[in-house]
Amino acid sequence: MVELKEKSTGKKFWFEFLKGIVITNPVFVLVLGLCPTLAVTVSVDNAIGMSAGVIFVLLGSNIIISLVRNITPNMVRIPVFIVVIATFVTILSLVFEAYIPPLYESLGIYLPLIVVNCIILGRAEAFAQKSPVLYSIADALGIGVGFTISILIVSLLREILGTGKLSIFGSTLFSIPVLSESPLALFIMPPGAFLVLGLLLALFRWLGVLKNE
Amino acid sequence: MNNSASLITIFISMVLINNFIVAKFLGLCPFFGVSKKLSNAFSMGIAVTLVMMLASIATTVIYNYILVPFEVEYMNIIIYILVIAALVQIVEITIRRTNISLYNAFGIYLPLITTNCAVLGITLINATNNYSIVQSIISALGGGIGFTLLLIIMSGIRERIELAEVPKSMRGLPIAFIIAAILSIAFMGFSGLL
Repeated sequence: MVELKEKSTGKKFWFEFLKGIVITNPVFVLVLGLCPTLAVTVSVDNAIGMSAGVIFVLLGSNIIISLVRNITPNMVRIPVFIVVIATFVTILSLVFEAYIPPLYESLGIYLPLIVVNCIILGRAEAFAQKSPVLYSIADALGIGVGFTISILIVSLLREILGTGKLSIFGSTLFSIPVLSESPLALFIMPPGAFLVLGLLLALFRWLGVLKNE
Repeated sequence: MNNSASLITIFISMVLINNFIVAKFLGLCPFFGVSKKLSNAFSMGIAVTLVMMLASIATTVIYNYILVPFEVEYMNIIIYILVIAALVQIVEITIRRTNISLYNAFGIYLPLITTNCAVLGITLINATNNYSIVQSIISALGGGIGFTLLLIIMSGIRERIELAEVPKSMRGLPIAFIIAAILSIAFMGFSGLL
């Protein structure tokens, strides 16, 4: 990571924020948190719900872990992180169940599985446990937005190709004439997720956005 | 606990139809991370199956006899993840003390299993379907075997891909995703089985 000791707080805040979107984009660069990326990108609605959930949990856990970083013994840090994350996921799942039941139903077990999303534990371990609260917030927001953008791209492609139209929370935005009559249903089935993510990764490497192996 | 699904139905469904990797996307990190060599893939698969079965027994007992009677089912996420973390530690220590060659074979994969979504996934699936203890064990066994099967198929293909001429930008992960997509299409053929 680049050392920015000379820079002012505001600049460092923006650096930590933007870094999560591009340099360490959790999905396309670090290839973390694959389960939600592939499983919930069937529709844009689900992707939005999952992103909101991940941002909430990431923000909450990063703040708490950053606050307790000086009183947490090194030996038990991972259990502490897991309990903090699991608490926020429980809150999230109760809120979703109470206020947005359709989304809660369609996310299914992938909502509680945010606990084991490597992105969140990864940020706690790599960033929040050794950084002040303000930067941890910036890091959480940056990584969260990076995750959101990535799964939105995947879900947009899958929904448009797989159903021939795009609808967000019940209202159809547009539908493509021929494609909507005979959609490529493969793309909203499990194989479509692997296919879209694999081709996107290859495309970004071909364009030079990502490094080749 | 009064669930009518027969044990054979659960088993076949978990291995082939609702396969953890190609249909439910659970346990993908080890699937792409460890599937480069056949021997590693097998060890990882066995370790995950073992932990999944133990975790299923422990969490089903806790769910049915502690969480449900006290009406605190919403606490299951925290309880489950702690049970899994503790279980992984116990299994690791036991294997290290009793069988050092076994520990060297898959000891290094054990800590990773705590944050493997397959293990938390199977416990949540058992809870959602209200499986009894025997049903949970069978569903965990099926899930684990399905996971191991895919890991072995994948590592076999990837050993061959090493020798093939893959376009530069497709090397590594992208081609692995494409292989996974094709495997997933193949496994969709099992969906009419039950």
